[in-house]
Amino acid sequence: MAEGYSILVDTSKCTACRGCQIACKQWNQLPGTETKNLGTYQNPQDLSAETWKLVRYAEGSGTNGKAYWRFFSEQCRHCISPGCMGEVSAEEIIQDEKTGAVVFTDKTKKLDFKGVKEGCPYNIPRQDAKTKQMFKCTMCFDRISNGMIPACVKSCPTGTMQFGERDKILAAAKKRVEELKKSYPKAAALNADDVRVIYIVVDDPKIYHKYAAGKS
Amino acid sequence: MTNHWIDIRNSDCVLVMGSNAASNHPISMKWVMKAKEKGATLISVDPRFTQTSAVADFYTALRSGTDIAFLGGMIKYILDKEKYFKDYVVNYTNAAYILGDKYEFKDGLFAGYDKDKRSYNKDTWAYKKDAKGNPEKDPTLQNPKCVLQAMKAHYARYTPEMVSKVTGTPVEDLLKVYEMYSATGVKDKTGTILYAMGWTQHTVGVQNIRAMSMIQLLCGNMGMAGGGVNALRGESNVQGSTDHALLFHILPGYLKPMLAGQNLEAYLKSGTPTCPDPRSVNWWSNFPKYAVSFLKTFFGDKATKENEYGFAWLPKLDPGQNCSWLNLFDSMYAGKIKGFFAWGMNPACSSANANKVRQGLAKLDWLVNVNVFDNETGSFWKGPGMDPKKIKTEVFMLPAAASVEKEGSISNSGRLAQWRYKAGNPPGDAKPDGDIMLVLMNKIKDLYKKDKAAKFSDPIVNLKWDFADAKGHFDPHMAAKEINGYFLADKTLKDPTGKELQFKKGDLVPSFLYLQNDGTTSSGNWLYCASYTKAGNMMARRKKDDPTGLGLYSEWAWAWPVNRRIIYNRASVDLEGKPWDPKRAVVKWEGGKWVGDVPDGPAPPMGDKEKGKYPFIMKPDGLGSLFGPGLNDGPFPEHYEPLECPVPENAFSKQLINPTTKIFKGDMDKYLTCDPRFPFVGTTYRVTEHWQTGCLTRWQPWLIEAQPQLFVEMSQELAKLRNIKNGEKVKVSTVRGEVTCVAMVTDRFRPFKLGDLTVHEVGLPYCFGWITPKEGGESANLLTPNVGDPNTMIPESKAFMVNVEKA
Repeated sequence: MAEGYSILVDTSKCTACRGCQIACKQWNQLPGTETKNLGTYQNPQDLSAETWKLVRYAEGSGTNGKAYWRFFSEQCRHCISPGCMGEVSAEEIIQDEKTGAVVFTDKTKKLDFKGVKEGCPYNIPRQDAKTKQMFKCTMCFDRISNGMIPACVKSCPTGTMQFGERDKILAAAKKRVEELKKSYPKAAALNADDVRVIYIVVDDPKIYHKYAAGKS
Repeated sequence: MTNHWIDIRNSDCVLVMGSNAASNHPISMKWVMKAKEKGATLISVDPRFTQTSAVADFYTALRSGTDIAFLGGMIKYILDKEKYFKDYVVNYTNAAYILGDKYEFKDGLFAGYDKDKRSYNKDTWAYKKDAKGNPEKDPTLQNPKCVLQAMKAHYARYTPEMVSKVTGTPVEDLLKVYEMYSATGVKDKTGTILYAMGWTQHTVGVQNIRAMSMIQLLCGNMGMAGGGVNALRGESNVQGSTDHALLFHILPGYLKPMLAGQNLEAYLKSGTPTCPDPRSVNWWSNFPKYAVSFLKTFFGDKATKENEYGFAWLPKLDPGQNCSWLNLFDSMYAGKIKGFFAWGMNPACSSANANKVRQGLAKLDWLVNVNVFDNETGSFWKGPGMDPKKIKTEVFMLPAAASVEKEGSISNSGRLAQWRYKAGNPPGDAKPDGDIMLVLMNKIKDLYKKDKAAKFSDPIVNLKWDFADAKGHFDPHMAAKEINGYFLADKTLKDPTGKELQFKKGDLVPSFLYLQNDGTTSSGNWLYCASYTKAGNMMARRKKDDPTGLGLYSEWAWAWPVNRRIIYNRASVDLEGKPWDPKRAVVKWEGGKWVGDVPDGPAPPMGDKEKGKYPFIMKPDGLGSLFGPGLNDGPFPEHYEPLECPVPENAFSKQLINPTTKIFKGDMDKYLTCDPRFPFVGTTYRVTEHWQTGCLTRWQPWLIEAQPQLFVEMSQELAKLRNIKNGEKVKVSTVRGEVTCVAMVTDRFRPFKLGDLTVHEVGLPYCFGWITPKEGGESANLLTPNVGDPNTMIPESKAFMVNVEKA
């Protein structure tokens, strides 16, 4: 199950244009939810049954007193061994053999949401309050099964996101981390061996988001 | 842009200043990232730490409105440390020219200032001339009156300490930026500048860009791949609309405006500079060909030699008349304008001092709002503070097709005209702009034809107006061909090599080299001549060959002029035509001809003493202007404070503000400087999610979800001072107006230390308006002052004084 596809999210190139966030909504025909400005550029505030891709904004001052602004374009990591699947039978949550995409089906409404959510180290699954169906990124399973790249990757102008065969993405991640380490000693590809959506960060992952590198 | 988007990847140092490229031009960062991958340095200089700053190698802040101080300090640094590219400066710029005896600069004023008129007599800035009329030169650059030495003297005051006191930028940060950028002043390194409205929207807007242009000349970065002066245009086709004379002071192709009292001969003379130096190409000496061909496009067969090609039929400017935006709306507010087409724009939100605009709209008899959606302009009469019963203005809404619902060309920042195709039909009654104009003008022509008593009907009746296809729809191909131009008679002409070419009446003109001043050619815009030829629609080309490897992609679409991708490219080679840097050879002189990009003219390089020409062919004297005697506010950029500023004195001189700025004095033209009621600097900007005033994007649920409400960004220190918490509702006000918005308290804004003085700055996006969404907030342009740059009259929306308090 280690073949299939992967997505690289090189946050050192991300400018928070949010093309990915909007492209996800567009392709998946997810509605724009009602939001308020709460003193941050980030909106919506969190992932939801209607928001599967979200650019998180984290800002502050570093130890040198200089400002930083870290962008983390979050989505499901499509784990090699998905914690959300736990004990569930294959028809509720599918891990596609060919691509590696982990897809919630409409049968997730029968599952215990708390259990599924707790199984995910990255706090990704969300539930529709009415139907109880669970939602998250599908890796654009419908697109990639038809020879297209995921909508978010397609929209990325800066080269932050790349999609491809897993071994090639792993190699690209390794190469990029080596380059970045020259200027950013903390550069790392987060949990590259365990996930298909691999984030490269140049700082402590917790600065980007509480669960950027998982709950542990 | 002198260069183009892809070319950013060729740069060693990308300075983003006066722009937040990452937010407002997201695609620019694709090329910036490619440059960074190859080791380039990205520098972000901005009052606020932005999305661009977030990925920069170095960031520092400056107070809004102090860019000339910052850049003047860089000029001093480059001159003092001799970081400039000497061969380039001596041969390709006017550094060696000797200034005339009348030139002086004293305490903030250049020679020739008239206090009452608030303007200069520019004759006092003339060069010392030799017997032939050419400027005297000192190629050793030692003469104290030569341009380079005059520059040195002018910027001697711009020490890092002085600059820091004005800009609020720490001295060590200034020196760091100066060092990094001036490292490109060698032949095998290039630096580029990406700027936008952060530089233009000031009372010193043009001089901000002049200052950087001088740095680019000093560093030898003009004409080079990875160099240039690059304006990131804020609308996808604003380059095209400028080329086709959207602005008030030019005709298509940047032709001079026609003035009252001129006949054709006087007009042609006014646009034709002379240069006694035979080594200068002086390209504008071709002006009569472009102007007469333009008149032939307008009036066709009706334009004859006898009637001066219809010259009398086009509107003329009165002497001294300036029809810029601020003056236009001033006239509207004064009740002097009866009717108004707001076409694809939203002045009720986009204009500085938008309240004055909204009141001006109420004085019209009629307003036609052509747009994709309703907006604050078309519905001004039911907006906040308006009583519809008291407003007589009759408003018509003409629904327009969106960009993807029509075919035509679009010219991007890199001067690249690309043909686009229609993806679908516009909904309902919406029509492409071309169709709306066609219907409108057909009707107007009919009315004039029918009305025998109509006054001065010649311009309307004689207008050549044949852009309709067989079904009566606007045909963009017919318009594009008219823009390119036709031969109107059989003609035998010689190409630059002397070969004879035969042209038939009705042939498309292959390039502006063949345009004529005798009425035998037409061209709606000489700059676009060669864009649609016998070989087809060049703008529709899609070939991806890149022989230079520099990303010129010469057969992808078409760039003006004559498909040149990097302008002034003859400055990228030495006197013998060898590239300064062989790794980025834009052009090279090989075997008696130029290879690479389309060169700035076919003449040999300057080393050829007989036929060689200077590289800056659009300048009358052929050289890059370190000394620029053409602008209204001085030949060297000088720091002046914004009209509204936080300091009582200009640290550099006794002139607090630009001495040539026009100050409006009506009841709605209010300004307050150094007033304790408005103690903080304010600025405006855009966000990625909304386009301009948001009149297209505020209707999109996904975009309004991501960026739903007006906010004001401020420092932690200011928030503490005013007891404001992040996310709270606050009121931001100026003497002109106020808005309620959400406070965004952030480490990304810091107070500025100007010597002992601490100055706070805040910023707001101007993309919101009352019409939608309901809780979105109002336009930040209710705050901004209607005062403009003395050259362009662009409003000073980027630096003004505000108050912030809890709502």
